[in-house]
Amino acid sequence: MAPKGIHVRPEPHLIDYAIILLYFAFVLGIGFVLKKYMKTSTDFFLSGRSIPAWIAGLAFLSANLGAQEVIGMGASGAKYGISTSHFYWIGAVPAMLFVGVFMMPFYYGSRARSVPEYLKLRFDEKTRGFNAISFAVMTVFSSGVSMYAMGKLLQLLLGWNFTAAILISALIVLAYTFLGGLTSAIYNEVLQFFLIVMGFIPLVYLGLRDVGGWDGLKVRIANDAMVHSWKYMGHSNANPMGVEWFGMLMGLAFVLSFGYWCTDFLVVQRAMAADSMTAARRTPVIAAFPKMVFPFLVILPGMIAGVATSSKMHEASAKESAVASTAAQSSFFTGGKGIIPPKYDPAGKPVTADGKVVLDYDLATPMMLVRYFPSGLLGLGLCALIASFMSGMAGNTTAFNTVWTYDIYQSYINKTASDQHYLWMGRASTIFGLAISLMAAFVAKEFNNILDVLQLVFAFVNAPLFATFMLGMFWKRTTGHAAFWGLLGGTVAAATHYGLTLPAGAVPGVKGGYLGPILHVYPSEMAQNFWTAIFAWVGCFTLTVVISLLTAARPEQELKGLVYSLTAKPEEGGLKWYQKPATLALIVLALLAGLNLVFW
Amino acid sequence: MGFDIRMPIGMLFSLFGILLIGYGAATRGSEIYAEHSLGVNMNLWWGGALLAFGLVMLALTRLWRKQ
Repeated sequence: MAPKGIHVRPEPHLIDYAIILLYFAFVLGIGFVLKKYMKTSTDFFLSGRSIPAWIAGLAFLSANLGAQEVIGMGASGAKYGISTSHFYWIGAVPAMLFVGVFMMPFYYGSRARSVPEYLKLRFDEKTRGFNAISFAVMTVFSSGVSMYAMGKLLQLLLGWNFTAAILISALIVLAYTFLGGLTSAIYNEVLQFFLIVMGFIPLVYLGLRDVGGWDGLKVRIANDAMVHSWKYMGHSNANPMGVEWFGMLMGLAFVLSFGYWCTDFLVVQRAMAADSMTAARRTPVIAAFPKMVFPFLVILPGMIAGVATSSKMHEASAKESAVASTAAQSSFFTGGKGIIPPKYDPAGKPVTADGKVVLDYDLATPMMLVRYFPSGLLGLGLCALIASFMSGMAGNTTAFNTVWTYDIYQSYINKTASDQHYLWMGRASTIFGLAISLMAAFVAKEFNNILDVLQLVFAFVNAPLFATFMLGMFWKRTTGHAAFWGLLGGTVAAATHYGLTLPAGAVPGVKGGYLGPILHVYPSEMAQNFWTAIFAWVGCFTLTVVISLLTAARPEQELKGLVYSLTAKPEEGGLKWYQKPATLALIVLALLAGLNLVFW
Repeated sequence: MGFDIRMPIGMLFSLFGILLIGYGAATRGSEIYAEHSLGVNMNLWWGGALLAFGLVMLALTRLWRKQ
């Protein structure tokens, strides 16, 4: 049943369905073809460590590129403008360079089969356990959240049945990951990458052409802070994000981005599957090149959505509901902005907060597809969206089944089974992992707040991780006890900081302030998140250092290959300049500096 | 491991390209282009781009095989 308000629901034609079905056929086909290569558990979980760098690189990028990123960046672009690029140019890309050049030698060189296993080798069993269990739970629930977001979007946009949509896509992902393991996921991620690129380039082209290019866009947006990424970062109330440069650099760039890209097994797994040490080091650096360009593909559509118009729209809005238009600019939806609709309550009226209409920013990018793509191309655009959802799901699934099988099952439940048994367990956990994710998606549908609480807990657990890894890899004195208590302490620090602060205009609860006294009010949720991350990191770092100095150090020969000062520098003798990870990284940095300057 | 990923990528995008070119040709002059893509027959044009991309991928597969 159509919710009121979205008058411009597109009618997909046969051609659009044909495109999507063709894509499904191919991803399944790839899974089937790969089945016969899955002979050992290393084949299934780590692709036999045989993936060439360019493929691993694109998969590294694509596994993270869930629809939440594509849709979320569009939403942020509409809300905050080009400053959203910080997530890429200050956050993700530097972190990717760091993990490739400096951390992969330890991940790959230690022969660890997963991130938690590295922690076991470097520290001890309890640190591994803490990381493995929290990661496994997080990744399976993230997958569920992703499914929920996709189901909700397809239902809202196209009227597709929520349950059918997520069941079908989950079954397809199940089929190809069950059959072909990580290799299947990686190959499909590369496919999905190209699909997303080829699906969104025409969107950006048409959108920019319609508003008069970047200059035309600037004129229409008429808000200088939305079209500059650094100029207004001096003070938190000068820019729409509500952050100042320090909170952003330390919180987003350093703690959150490095925390994610350097420790999250979902992406690290793809680099671990590479066919050599240099390939593994180059993987994240190769991924950094297209990552730099992605803001243009995913952020710009959001920015354009806020100021786009459509002739068809004016007809429809003339028959709109009784709510008077409050937007100064002529908007397609009454109370909306550009082609972004407001959020509607079940009765079909726009939701308001503090007298202002609440916009449904998540619909910015989808509405762009609807507005600019005729049927045919629409099929491609929808296919790109669905592909991005599925690549996120597959990434979570393959990360989960590996951590479950090696770090939980093999470590605590059944230590001495045969390799074929673990291979079997890998397949079995693919099934129950997806089943749990599906259940989480349905729970999210009924109880939205549970979702928010879960995501909060995950953020607390993630924030201190990077401190632990950094100390583990670069300071030989770090001990197992210190790592474990540091992680725990950092998580508690995050939860405490969050519980004692609030973003402006929020009430205590899921937004913070649940510990009672409000010690600080932040100008925005983002600022609060960044500072929570900073506190968590500092807490973990300090605790880990202090406890390390108070506990017995491990003998140095046990730490060879696991710590910077006790590992031989990677051999780069026979490599050409473009094969050296550090050289490539420097090129990326130079380009990054250029991009930041252009959009200053 | 397995087969060259460029092959299915090349095949899929070539097929997409052919589908869109076909549809674009069949709907030439239709009002859907005025309504959506600023009057440009994007199915025809972008279908061409997709086909080109697919063929390049397939060509790379063959080149690699020959090595």
